[in-house]
Amino acid sequence: MDTGTIIIGLTIFVLACFAGAELIAKVPPTLHTPLMSGSNAISGIAILGALLATGHPESFNSISVIGFLAVILATINVVGGYLVTHRMLQMFKK
Amino acid sequence: MSQHIINLIYLLAATLFMIGIKYLSSPDTAKKGNFLSMIGMGAAIGATLAAPEINGFTLIIGGIIIGTVIGAYIAIKVKMTAMPQMVGLLNGCGGAASALVGLAEFQSNSTGFTPFTLITLLLSLIIGGLTFTGSLMAYAKLQGLIPSRPVTYRGQQAINGIIVLATAALSWLVFRDSTNILAISGVLVFSLGLGVLAVIPIGGADMPVIICLLNAYSGLAVSMTGFALSNNALIITGSLVGASGIFLTKIMCDAMNRSLANVLFSAFGKVDESAAASGEPPTGTMKGVEIEDVATILANAGTLIIVPGYGMAAAQAQHATRELADYLGEQGVEVRYAIHPVAGRMPGHMNVLLAEADVSYDQLFAMEDINDDFAATDVVLVIGANDVVNPAAKTNPGSPIYGMPVLDVEKARTVIVLKRSLNVGFAGIENELFYMDNTRMLFGDARASLQKLLAALKK
Repeated sequence: MDTGTIIIGLTIFVLACFAGAELIAKVPPTLHTPLMSGSNAISGIAILGALLATGHPESFNSISVIGFLAVILATINVVGGYLVTHRMLQMFKK
Repeated sequence: MSQHIINLIYLLAATLFMIGIKYLSSPDTAKKGNFLSMIGMGAAIGATLAAPEINGFTLIIGGIIIGTVIGAYIAIKVKMTAMPQMVGLLNGCGGAASALVGLAEFQSNSTGFTPFTLITLLLSLIIGGLTFTGSLMAYAKLQGLIPSRPVTYRGQQAINGIIVLATAALSWLVFRDSTNILAISGVLVFSLGLGVLAVIPIGGADMPVIICLLNAYSGLAVSMTGFALSNNALIITGSLVGASGIFLTKIMCDAMNRSLANVLFSAFGKVDESAAASGEPPTGTMKGVEIEDVATILANAGTLIIVPGYGMAAAQAQHATRELADYLGEQGVEVRYAIHPVAGRMPGHMNVLLAEADVSYDQLFAMEDINDDFAATDVVLVIGANDVVNPAAKTNPGSPIYGMPVLDVEKARTVIVLKRSLNVGFAGIENELFYMDNTRMLFGDARASLQKLLAALKK
């Protein structure tokens, strides 16, 4: 990885932190639990890394096994996170 | 699909995640936001599957099916009162996934790492690993699988310190030689151990902070994996989750008037014993009250504020609470709810439970919006809340919760406290509220009491 890529990555990281902080500060306390479960669901984005690790090798080896476990765990995180968030948000009524 | 198009789709996904959070600013748009976020996730996964590097699909499809079945099953089955441990569990899965991706990356390309990649890989392994076991411990405590009280032993800090140093030393070995599988495994094992040891000394009442902090960690782990894989989708999403977790952690700490370091390192129960002993015991006597008397008080009230706490969740009393409130509302009583930020076991826990019981969200008020109204209120009904209504936080400098912002319930004309037993709260602190002249104690299971109360009112 060259220095340019690193700097671009760090730039994105810092900007996204500030953007995230701004957005999250506007979420009212009544929705803090769905905020947690929803952000939980998107942290399952690690599934992209898991998919690349699992689909990458030409032959079955230890990487495939590790990747396979990572796919399962990340999918639980994504599916479970979105579903509980949906279940909760459905209940909020005026 | 070319890498450029994939990266553009990743950007789209990240944008949809941000719009999803933006829509969470109101309960009216929140559901739509969650759907947009799901679409973003679907697009990112689809684009990755179309990447040229993906050769085999059998394991991927198998993994996704297994994960979907498990994830959907637990999400549909979980009770709303168990939401804190559910979030903890999902957090753990995310942390473990990041750690495993880091591990796979180490195995696949063991020589060609730049120093920066190596550092971020090590961090995703360490943070992901401790998030995994830390979340499992938080889950076990909240679920009651292990005692929720702080577990302390002699030399605890020293042992934790040694493990941190050992993790750092092993990381250095990996940094010098990234093919050293033994050292890599060691880093992972010590990180897993660290997660367990960091959470066991923390008591059940402090779990809201820990759940938030672990949420932030799982985001950080994802960002680190993103740096290692040069994947912007992971970097952006991880920082969003990290920011959310840190923001909520700060709200929780502020609401308890404690620093994060104090929550993490001070095994609360131990601090209390000495402090509570030095504080003055409450004066006055506790006044018990019968269902019929409470019914009379409520029937004559014009304004009522309900203060729910963890006890309401533990007794599954949210529906009984709403039924009583609805009946009183029909009789012309003005009913509102006051929600303390740390009531329950995670941020917003009480709001979700009351929403489940069909309480309209515009009846729920945050502490700062309702605290001035207690003085003009006829009756306050405290359901299973304790420390968040303890006036000692304002008046008794010897109290361990002195300085914590609390609800000013004692200013109301009459305070009725529903409590399971005479036991002190989680922090083991005497509550002066229970001894005040205008306080009446109604002992018993909260749900049963509320149901009897409603029956008595209807007579």
